Amino acid sequence: MADNKYLVGVFDDEDEVLHAVGEVRHSGIKIHEVYSPFAIHGLDRALGYSRPRMGIAAFLFGITGTCCALLLTFWTMGIDWPINVGGKNFFPFPTNVPIMFELTVLLASFGMAFTFFIMEGMGPTAKPIIFDERSSDDKFVMAIDLSKNKLSEGEITTILKKSGASEVNVKEA
Amino acid sequence: MHVVSPIRETLVLSGKTYHDVTEDICKQVEGKPTKEWKIVFGISVLVLLYGTAWVCWTWWEGLGVWGLNKTVGWAWDITNFVWWVGIGHAGTLISAVLLLFRQKWRTSINRAAEAMTIFAVICAASFIVMHMGRPWLAYFALPLPNTFGSLWVNFNSPLVWDVFAISTYFSVSCLFWYIGLIPDLATIRDRATGIRKKVYGALALGWTGGARGWARYEDVSLILAGLSTPLVLSVHTIVSFDFATSVIPGWHTTIFPPYFVAGAIFSGFAMVQNLMLITRVVYKLEDYVTLEHISLMNKIITLTGSVVGIAYITEFFIAAYSGVEYEKYAFINRATGPLWWSYAAMMFCNVVSPQLFWFEKIRRNIVVSFFMAVVVNIGMWFERFVIIVTSLHRDYLPSSWTYFTPRLGDISDYIFSFGFFFTAFLLFAKFLPVINMAEVKSVLKSSSEKYPGKEKKTA
Repeated sequence: MADNKYLVGVFDDEDEVLHAVGEVRHSGIKIHEVYSPFAIHGLDRALGYSRPRMGIAAFLFGITGTCCALLLTFWTMGIDWPINVGGKNFFPFPTNVPIMFELTVLLASFGMAFTFFIMEGMGPTAKPIIFDERSSDDKFVMAIDLSKNKLSEGEITTILKKSGASEVNVKEA
Repeated sequence: MHVVSPIRETLVLSGKTYHDVTEDICKQVEGKPTKEWKIVFGISVLVLLYGTAWVCWTWWEGLGVWGLNKTVGWAWDITNFVWWVGIGHAGTLISAVLLLFRQKWRTSINRAAEAMTIFAVICAASFIVMHMGRPWLAYFALPLPNTFGSLWVNFNSPLVWDVFAISTYFSVSCLFWYIGLIPDLATIRDRATGIRKKVYGALALGWTGGARGWARYEDVSLILAGLSTPLVLSVHTIVSFDFATSVIPGWHTTIFPPYFVAGAIFSGFAMVQNLMLITRVVYKLEDYVTLEHISLMNKIITLTGSVVGIAYITEFFIAAYSGVEYEKYAFINRATGPLWWSYAAMMFCNVVSPQLFWFEKIRRNIVVSFFMAVVVNIGMWFERFVIIVTSLHRDYLPSSWTYFTPRLGDISDYIFSFGFFFTAFLLFAKFLPVINMAEVKSVLKSSSEKYPGKEKKTA
């Protein structure tokens, strides 16, 4: 792992960090990421991220589930071993809807969740960089990669302090 | 952030800061188990051991240890199954449906309710396996190619739908619960040292709480809630199909799906009420699970109790209106036959008693709420017993009319499920945070006029 130097601005309040993101970006500084103990609505937009599109994964996996269920029931009931029950239809569509529905939900949920884990690089052996351990408690942490910014360490520190950071630390990772 | 009407009560009392929330909830996970916990856990394990011994005996000896007879082939087993599945529904209702409806008060109770869902579904499934009589053949319910030629399961059968519905519901509930746990597991990881840090670190899957992660996380939660809502409705609908698609008078009714779902919410909220009332006292969480929460849950209990009441009356009306002799008799027998007492218990517990909650004083009384939640669950158990046993015990042939008396096997196997449920819930309450810290923190500001932590800083 490349030893990059990060400046870590610590904020005490989510409104402050949300406001600071705008100010810091306005002064031309690239923000590595902002870490918070809970979801802050509007923060992803303030950072310029595109809307998350997990729904696409859910839809694709869901459709796969529906098709698998339809194939399974149609092939087993209609082709492989049709059972004559009082001369009724071998493959009545409505009675297969419950299976189709359940498999749709099952595949959509798990497919989306695992897509999320993969996109986030998550897993039991993941070794994340934690810039400040208090960011999962009560602090809101803004990490700035110094190697990716033209401004000097001192200048960025001043801007962070001005925009409301209660402390600014240096972290090498 | 969020605008909340000033007439709404605050969700979290005592002006907690973000750090207070972390401390209050993590304390239980990080500290040694308390004396109360040890005592209750000890009792639960003893009950579980007694129940397990009986379940083993049931498997060894066969279903003869139950009070079933030639006419009544389903009794306590399926009653317990439907009852537990119904209880399980409240967890998903609280976390998924209330999420879609943006009910912020759910944040204090959703974690425990979801855990309850998972354990209740396991209890329910255990009765399905038990009532098979030969549980080692349980895999027959799965669509597997087998050695007898590729004879498949019958996908037209509601019992096969049930297998799919319950297993999907269980898996998706576990997933939803676990995804909700990830940020809190990361909080515990960041506070811990040594082996605890390793274990919770692995469980937290490397969650950092970055803005991009949170945005995706919120998206995943919302879609999972959207998927879970029709799922939870489908599960009890399919459970009701086990009865409704048969041609037994008293079972063959189209009102079953909505009526079963309302009953499930009813009994589930009652069980959540019971668990939370105990947890809030033992873990000193009175500031998080407030009287307002209890009152709101009591309102839902009253609403769903009344829905169930209307369903009981509708069933009677439709039976009379159908003009079918057998259908009419099934309902008259239900209310006035030899099992009239179970019908009376159901009517009193489910329809009459929750009406007390129209009074605000009673809604906000902890002792009455706890007692009433127990009454509701007794009533809902009787509802399933009434539907199953009173529809079966007098069939088309009067010479085979009979009565059902439970034997020790029925009772002990039911006790087993309680032993498992409480043992599992206590383990959950010891090793995982019982309240969703991340979500509670996100409603802290909207719930109080000014976040106190901010005032301290400016002062």
